[in-house]
Amino acid sequence: MNLYELFIAPFAEFDFMRRALVGVFALAVGAGPVGVLLMLRRMSLTGDAMAHAILPGAALGFLAAGLNLFAMTIGGLVAGFTVALGAGAVARATQMKEDAALAAFYLVSLALGVLLVSLRGSNVDLLHVLFGTVLALDDATLLLIVGISSVSLLVLAVLWRPLVLECVDPGFLRSVSRAGAPTHLVFLMLVVLNLVGGFHALGTLLAVGLMMLPAATARFWARDLNVMVLLASLIAAAAGVAGLLVSYHLGAPSGPAIILVAGAGYAVSVLIGPVGGLLPRLMPGRHLEA
Amino acid sequence: MSAHHHPTHEHDHAHAHLARPTAEDRGATVLAFRDLTLGYDRHPAVHHLHGNVPEGELLAICGPNGAGKSTLLKGVMGAVRPLAGGIDLTRLPRQEVAYLPQAAEVDRTFPIDVYDLVATGLWRRTGLFGGVGRADRARIGEALASVGLAGFEGRPIGTLSGGQMQRALFARLLLQDARLILLDEPFTALDAGTVADLLALVRRWHGEGRTVLAVLHDFELVRRHFPRTLLLARSPVAWGPTEEVLVDDNLNRARRMCEAWDEGAAVCAPIVGERAA
Repeated sequence: MNLYELFIAPFAEFDFMRRALVGVFALAVGAGPVGVLLMLRRMSLTGDAMAHAILPGAALGFLAAGLNLFAMTIGGLVAGFTVALGAGAVARATQMKEDAALAAFYLVSLALGVLLVSLRGSNVDLLHVLFGTVLALDDATLLLIVGISSVSLLVLAVLWRPLVLECVDPGFLRSVSRAGAPTHLVFLMLVVLNLVGGFHALGTLLAVGLMMLPAATARFWARDLNVMVLLASLIAAAAGVAGLLVSYHLGAPSGPAIILVAGAGYAVSVLIGPVGGLLPRLMPGRHLEA
Repeated sequence: MSAHHHPTHEHDHAHAHLARPTAEDRGATVLAFRDLTLGYDRHPAVHHLHGNVPEGELLAICGPNGAGKSTLLKGVMGAVRPLAGGIDLTRLPRQEVAYLPQAAEVDRTFPIDVYDLVATGLWRRTGLFGGVGRADRARIGEALASVGLAGFEGRPIGTLSGGQMQRALFARLLLQDARLILLDEPFTALDAGTVADLLALVRRWHGEGRTVLAVLHDFELVRRHFPRTLLLARSPVAWGPTEEVLVDDNLNRARRMCEAWDEGAAVCAPIVGERAA
């Protein structure tokens, strides 16, 4: 098998592989910056909670209209926004911290989702909702994913300054501006949007993997925020390509393959990443003069 | 109060877009506490504080731990709501108030450099979306030089020492260019050289006619550099010229007044006429 057959042929020969490629590239563009911000805001697990929260909405859409892109997307968005806004409202109006409120909301949401899916539909359908079908992205789904990525980039560009400042020094942002709370909510909505985009390709549970693993990986390679964001998107895209190839050649399911490749990249970075990785810490060079 | 302010132009490197206090502004009340009670869960942390802060005041706020000093500053910032009474800050828009909390919430692990952190002090000019122009960059450079951090622009904030971090936060305060500056224990855990440098900035702000309120524990420093002092022990003990406030009698009273939180405390019913002052 030559290099062409290994790397190019799958995409050159099969339309569904090319669509999958476009899909993961588009996802990577949005997921990179959103994931980095989630990580730096110590909200890495919030993405996971949100992914679970989206489930009942997608399931309701599925119950109402079967495997229908529009119904499942709207359902997922409504469920995700409800949980994000509900948990945010509880955190602001009561003494409860946002992570605890979010845990309460998403667990209820998840149970509801599993109940709804099991009321109707076979296990195969459940698997589709949980793990997505990156190899069966139709035009409408691709447009949706690309649209979500574009909107995400625009919103991030507009809100970048308050978003970053709310991570670095929330007290200062509160003292100069009231933008903190609305910015936080808009950001949570971006998380939901990107997860909904991702769940068509990777499923509700794995969508968050393309968000967090590249971000966590980039942290080991970059000291500067902007570089980190760019790197996260590139790593997500690379994991997408590599995962699709692994899945094609080994006949493995594509969603898990993509996330596992990203996971392998993370593992390597933990070991040898120059910014705080294991090896540089265990074997630092000789100390400097000043 | 306005005795030590000459209406000269020696500090006129101030920027044109600023509403500098005019001659008639000096001594006008910039911040007023109206029988203010601040607290948590109905328990007062600041109890029946009444008084005015004139523009240009350099006021030290002293008192034992738990006396309500930080709560008072948070109240001015609107982070703690009054249980009773009120705070008048009506003459100053929000952007004219700068606040340095006791333990700044800066996430030191966040991957940005000193320059970007300090540049956020320009928020009033740039807002959410505005760009940072050439003149702004010059001002950021000046601010960093003023606090002795020239050359630190590209350093990640995680590599700064405690004193360097406080210098950076003072550089940001410089850029905020506010008329009312609230400092909560700004010199705690700093070495003598850093305190001297940062104190010089506070003196400079005072000379520029800005109003500065600083929570401080070092009475010697207060006596030397702060003309007026508010001694707080939940209830105000004394408020006036520093040499009259920081006397043994007052300090002993402050220590006694600051009792523990009483779970079974009765509802505070003001005696009519008592708070007339």
